[in-house]
Amino acid sequence: MTPLTLEWLMTKIELTVDGAAVSDDVEPRMLLVQYLREKLGKTGTVIGCDTSNCGACTVHLNGTSVKSCNVLAVQANGSTVTTIEGLADAAEGELHPVQEAFRECHGLQCGFCTPGMIMQAVDLLAENPSPTEEEVRLGMEGNLCRCTGYHNIVKSVLHAAGQTEGAKA
Amino acid sequence: MIPVKFDYLAPTSLEEALSALSEHGDDAKILAGGQSLLPVLRMRLNAPEVVIDLGGIDSLRGIRDDGDAIVIGAMTTHHVVRDHELVREHALLLSKAAAEVADSQIRHRGTFGGALAHADPAGDLGAPALALGAQFVIQGSGGTRTVEADDFFVDLFETAIGDDEILTEVRIPKHTGWGAHYEKFVRVAHQWPIVAVAATVKGSIDEARIGLTNMGSTPLRARATEAALAGASATEDGVRAAAEQAAEGTNPPTDLNGAADYRQHLARVLTGRAVLRAAGAA
Repeated sequence: MTPLTLEWLMTKIELTVDGAAVSDDVEPRMLLVQYLREKLGKTGTVIGCDTSNCGACTVHLNGTSVKSCNVLAVQANGSTVTTIEGLADAAEGELHPVQEAFRECHGLQCGFCTPGMIMQAVDLLAENPSPTEEEVRLGMEGNLCRCTGYHNIVKSVLHAAGQTEGAKA
Repeated sequence: MIPVKFDYLAPTSLEEALSALSEHGDDAKILAGGQSLLPVLRMRLNAPEVVIDLGGIDSLRGIRDDGDAIVIGAMTTHHVVRDHELVREHALLLSKAAAEVADSQIRHRGTFGGALAHADPAGDLGAPALALGAQFVIQGSGGTRTVEADDFFVDLFETAIGDDEILTEVRIPKHTGWGAHYEKFVRVAHQWPIVAVAATVKGSIDEARIGLTNMGSTPLRARATEAALAGASATEDGVRAAAEQAAEGTNPPTDLNGAADYRQHLARVLTGRAVLRAAGAA
């Protein structure tokens, strides 16, 4: 029998988070969102429903959006993770164009869902740079806003899409 | 919510995974994309001692052409299935259904094989796989076997996969150029369907294949409607008349989302819609 010690339960992971290489021993049952918040202090990523419904914990794993409460930290071993904190160079006071659009269009009320909304919007626009309003609503279906501020959220994403186009032209 | 403690194994080959599975047997759980397993673990509905993660086995990913079939690796994500050229050309119904699984974030992680092995009767991929006559390639320490779709789904959350076996790939006979539509009826955008209908038709209409989601403990075929549609023309009246038989032989659940007779009503209405859209007539 393998002895049931803490050491036995720990697994080493190495990954890149918001541009920095990190390495830790974690319990296999630790969720990626817990790892980001509790081990790395990246509390910009929030836990909303804790049932993989609301999307507040959305981050990018190897470039695509995932719900970080529904991924184990050990599954992210060897991967690249981007959180809301690494989207733009915050130290330089910069905002990502999608963050800027949410500010411009008042795409939030209480703001709790906003980190996840923005991370999903960035993913959506990467796949479809000029979405229709319906495509935005469908693409954001995994993110819930309990203030029901959807109107301005959709407006923000469409605004960001326009900006992206403007930048390209 | 935090799962109970478990040991974690990350094999990098199928052989390693199979040997870990035969060593730990009943105490082990296979982790594919984890989009159904992790909620189950967090709610502590299951408490495996060992979790075997297939994420590091590259050979289980990808879609290839194999003559009269396309072959989808079990660890291929819904996102990839939805957009893949081979799927769109030869099994459009799967592309349509994969697009309706949960939401974008879940589709990036959730896998084709994982969802089918989980065998949730409300899952979106069982009905289209059944309708297309999928063949399930299952590997164990004793070798490889192929199970037909009619025999794969055994009961609620139960398939033909044995305790010491892993679903490695799914063969989908080519339905090149067939029209397809997945009609999903939900209360909340990204949730499981209350009822859904997967329909694919050749011409309008030489042949029809129809799968029903959440109309019993396993995905079901609407065979009476399929028979009535063969050789029929895709008129609204004709299709709706054939769809009246769609709930025959079903045994849907009654729950907070709807009673069994309501689900049977939905199956008839949604089958009409799905077939008309698949035939390009709506």
